[in-house]
Parts: sequence; C-alpha cells; structure tokens
Amino acid sequence: MTVAQQTPSTPIVPPAAAPHNRRWSGFTHLLMARLLELKREPEVIFWVFGFPVLLALGLGIAFRNKPAETTLVAIVESPGAQDALVMLQRSPRNSSIRADLVDQQQALQGFRLGKYDLVVVPDGKEGFQYRYDPARPESVLSRAEVNDALQAGAGRKDPVPTSSVTSSEPGSRYIDFLIPGLLGMNLMNSGMWGIGFALVDMRQRKLLKRFLATPMRRSDFLLALTSSRLVLMIIEIGLLLGFGVLVFHMRVLGSLFTIVLLAAIGAVAFGGLGLLTASRAQKLESVSGLMNIVMMPMWIFSGVFFSSERFPAMLQPFIKMLPLTALNEALRATILQGASLGTQSGRILILVLWGGVSFALALRWFRWT
Amino acid sequence: MPPAIQCRELRKTYDGKVEAVRGLNLEIQAGECFGLLGPNGAGKTTTIEILEGLLEPTSGQVTILGHTWKENARELREWLGISLQETRLSEKLTVRETVELFSGFYRQPLPPREVLEQMQLEEKADAWVGKLSGGQRQRLAVATALVGNPKVLFLDEPTTGLDPQSRRQLWDIIRRFQQAGGTVLLTTHYMDEAERLCDRLAIIDHGQVIAEGTPADLIDRLGGHHMVEFQVSGNSDGNALGIWRALPGVESVRHDNGLVCLNVREPHLTIPALLDAVTKEGEQLLHLTTRQASLEDVFVRLTGRHLREE
Repeated sequence: MTVAQQTPSTPIVPPAAAPHNRRWSGFTHLLMARLLELKREPEVIFWVFGFPVLLALGLGIAFRNKPAETTLVAIVESPGAQDALVMLQRSPRNSSIRADLVDQQQALQGFRLGKYDLVVVPDGKEGFQYRYDPARPESVLSRAEVNDALQAGAGRKDPVPTSSVTSSEPGSRYIDFLIPGLLGMNLMNSGMWGIGFALVDMRQRKLLKRFLATPMRRSDFLLALTSSRLVLMIIEIGLLLGFGVLVFHMRVLGSLFTIVLLAAIGAVAFGGLGLLTASRAQKLESVSGLMNIVMMPMWIFSGVFFSSERFPAMLQPFIKMLPLTALNEALRATILQGASLGTQSGRILILVLWGGVSFALALRWFRWT
Repeated sequence: MPPAIQCRELRKTYDGKVEAVRGLNLEIQAGECFGLLGPNGAGKTTTIEILEGLLEPTSGQVTILGHTWKENARELREWLGISLQETRLSEKLTVRETVELFSGFYRQPLPPREVLEQMQLEEKADAWVGKLSGGQRQRLAVATALVGNPKVLFLDEPTTGLDPQSRRQLWDIIRRFQQAGGTVLLTTHYMDEAERLCDRLAIIDHGQVIAEGTPADLIDRLGGHHMVEFQVSGNSDGNALGIWRALPGVESVRHDNGLVCLNVREPHLTIPALLDAVTKEGEQLLHLTTRQASLEDVFVRLTGRHLREE
C-alpha cells in the first residue's frame, strides 16, 4: 500500500485549532438535531399541527348554527292533515318546524331511522296524536314545539305575556369549550407519541446504545427530548388559540403567560408518561399498544369533546385524578374564565405528581439497549 | 505505558444459561491493530461490547488505557471511538449534521469538516443519511467514532456486507488512524481483512481464544504454507484419506465439499507423489490446484468448520 506516501493527513489536530466543547454542547446539539428531524417528518407536522386545527374547524362548523335548529315532523296523510299543515304555517314558530305530508308507513319508517323527530297523526275529529320517543331529546323538544305551534294556530291565547332575548356570546359556545380541550388532548398525544415513539424507534435502531458509547450525559439526552416537546408546544398553542380567535372569534380571557405555563406543565407531565410507557418496550408495535391503553381512558373521560360532568358522580373522583382532566379543566378555566394560576393549584399538583412519578419510575426502569 | 486494552478471565453468561464468553484473555498494546476473528455466534460482539463498557461482564477484569469502567467511565468515553454493529443513524439528518451531533458530545472533538474530508464524505455532506449507500453509511458510522479524536477505535464488523471498493476505502481509513498513533480493535469474519489489516489477531470460537498471534505466525502453525486441493473420480471416503496423509511433505488432510485438501510443506515433493498415488489407485484426477495457505485454513484446521458456514 502507498498509504505511507500520502500527503500527511494527520487526524490529530493541534489542540489550539480544535473546537472545545462546553458543558451544554451535547444538550444543544441533541436539541437541534431533534428539532431538525421533527421538521423533516411530514407526519409529525400533520398530527401535531394540521390535525387539531382540522378537527377544530370541522367540529366548529358542524356545531356553529345551533340556535336555528329546525325540527323535522311527519304528518300522516289523512283528513285533517291539511288543517294541521295550515295551522303550523300560521304559527309564529313556523320557522323552526319543517313538516312533510307522508303516508303512515313512510312516516313511521322515517321516524325509526331518525329522519323525523315526531310523527303527527290527525285523529279525524280535529284532534291530533303525537308519536315521539321520550329517550330522544330532540324528539321531546319537537313534541313541545309542535304542540305549542298547533295550539297557537288553533287560537290559544297565552294567559301571561312573555318575551325572550337570544344569547350566544363568545365564551359559551361549543367551539369555545372545544378548543381548550383540543389543546389539552394535543399536548397529551404529541407528548406521549413525540417522546415515547421516538425513544422506542431509537432503541430499535440501536441509536440509544450508540449514544451511550459516547461521553453524552444521559440526563442531557432526556432533557433535550423534553425540551424539543416544549418548543413544539409553543407552536401548538399559538396555532390552536390563534385559529380559535381568528376563525371563530373566540375570546381568550386568561393571560397568555398562564396558558403557556399550564401547557408547559402539561407537556412535561405527558412527556414523563410517554417516557415511562416507552421505558422498556423494544418494538414500535408494542409501544403503540401501551400508549393507546394509557391514553384511551383520557380520550373518553377527560372532557375533550364534551364535559366530563356527564359521567356519573361515582366516577368523578377517578376522572378528576386523570392528568388530562386536570389539564383540560385548568386550560378551560384560564382561557374561558380568566382564572389565575393560584386558583388552579389543585390541578397543577395533579399534573406535577403524574409527571414527577412517571419520570422517577421511567429513569429507574429505562433501558438504553 | 499500560496496554491499551486488557482483559482477564472474561465471562459473560446470558440469563444464567447461555455462555457467550468463557474465560477470555486479551492484551492489546497501544498502536496495534488487533483483530477478533471468528464465526457468527463465537462471542466476538459480546466481547467487544464488554470492552467498550456497554455490557457488564458476568466476571473478569477489563482495563482500557489503564483505567476501569467502574472508576473512570466518563474519561474513557472521551478516549474511545466506537462503531457498533448495525446502528441505524437518524435517516432525516444530513451526514454533516450527524457528525456535528456526535462531535458535540466530546470535550475536544476534531472539526467535523476535517473528518468528513478524511472519510471522503464531503460530497455527501448535505445528503440525508437515509439516502446513503451501504459503504457510505459505514464510513459515516466510522466518522462518528473518529470525530471525538479517540485514542482507541473499536469497530464491530466494519466491512460486513460492503462491496470490495468500499471495504478497501475503510481499510485505508483504519490504517491512517493507526499510523497517527491510534489503537484499533476490530472484529471480522473476513480472513483476508484480518490478514491485511491486523498486526495481531485472536481467533475466537465458543467464547474462547483458540489461537493468537500475527497472521504469519498463525499460518506458520499449520506446518505447511501451501494448500493442494484435488478431486479424484472414484470414491473419496474416509479410508482414502490415509493414503494422502502418507504422501511426502503432507502436514494434514481434510475433506471439503468433495475436494481433498492437503496442507503441505514442499509442494514440489508432494505433487509428483500424489500423481503416482492416483495412478496406482486406478483413479482419475478431475481437478488439481495449489495455493498459499490462509487464515481460513488455520480456522478450519482448528475447529473443523469454515468461518462462514453457508
């Protein structure tokens, strides 16, 4: 070989020219690398940023025009049916009722399939029979509505004069309820996946082991992973809240600082949970299963899409202890009611406990190989 | 000056059952390129990972540059460069970013640019790791090991699965590191690699060193430096081996895939005698070659098996 004659490309550089790394060099390098990787992962961009916004948009539109809800009523064709139709049209509530004249079979089938909320059967003696389902709120509502309209149409006079004012202020709408919940859910999803999945992936490709073979501090590694989550979190909050404010004219009452702080505590707590879930798993398949088991109860119980108060009182203590319930409630109180940090101490404590205990256990059980 | 790498009575038992390493001793001097040679499952990777401080031995002692892993792990990490078998680096980082990431872990790394240049990876510096060829990936793996400016380089099967050109490139890199004063420990199951690259080597089988020395030493121990391989038309069963063994200058005989292999000291004496013997037996010679004995022959002689059994 002619290696000896090659131009001396000595790999040992004089120390003066060599870069000299300081204490946090490993951490900053890891953090930058992680952020670059995330940026280059189209799936991450979609699930973390695109998906929640799309969900908010879809649900926001679906539930936007609630007040003008119309009820669909079937009137069974028979003598008297025409009268009923005229009476309904004459009534002042006409705008919220849509009535179809159909034969009995069609009416009953439509009712069974949920197309009609109510079936009106003229009894041929100027009276009517209502067929409704007491277990379906919209059916009950429809019966009251139609009855009112028919009675008024027939000339009933209300003994007491009343009037109504409608109110759908920002803050009380479904979208206002939804956005903080989506924010909480997103912090959970991306915290668990972002940390847990990444870890198992790196373990599977033996990258964790490779890092271990360098002077890298293990704590720096975990810290960098968590910090990358916090950076993402800031973007998530900005995006979802900004979206709510711009598109749905949502009002944010609490201070931005409080919101970010709560979200950060949530992100770290779920990061800890993600770390714990992924502390030993060797395969992506097994960690996916574990993640879903951990997150499933919170998707259901923690009041993302509807209030957790709907569950029976017996379950409430359990529900209140879930980290996502605590986070969602704290975010809602802050964003919608302007609650201060101090009033959220109980919920913060729950989050800190979940995060702290998970981190502690994860560090004990964690496997690098 | 203490040996660069030393281990005594190294043992590793997995789950209390599988004995991967059984009482292994090694002493590697600073500046040496030392090879651990053996078939798959011989315990090479377990051994090198114990030496690298990534696995705890069940028993035995390891000192690297005079330090133990228990007392001085952090310092040792600064001094060692390690390339593991089958590490898949992050696919969505570029080559440069990957080397920079690893350089960030060391107190006094080499400038990443310089390492990329040495590894002939400058052209690929801005390509994603996921887009690299096998040879480029392997060079990148070595680059991440070299960027910390190590004194000792551990390479676990650095050239497995590479094309001949990529292998040669890696050999050059390893030699240059050694010429600059570095110590190298590598595992391989390629005999030619060990012969060309290593100053000394240890052949490992079933978790033990079964032979150790320079490549030339080990071949010397065979007795003869030449191999004569031939095939005859008739039956070449066990009885026949006795005939060939008795030929002049023959050190040993074995069967290999229908061929008879003789290890001989002086082929000019053996071959005429062989031809006579074939005629006397009334058989026909179908095939005859002679070649230099290699480490592969040493291994087969020692274990009765080939290094890479198909």
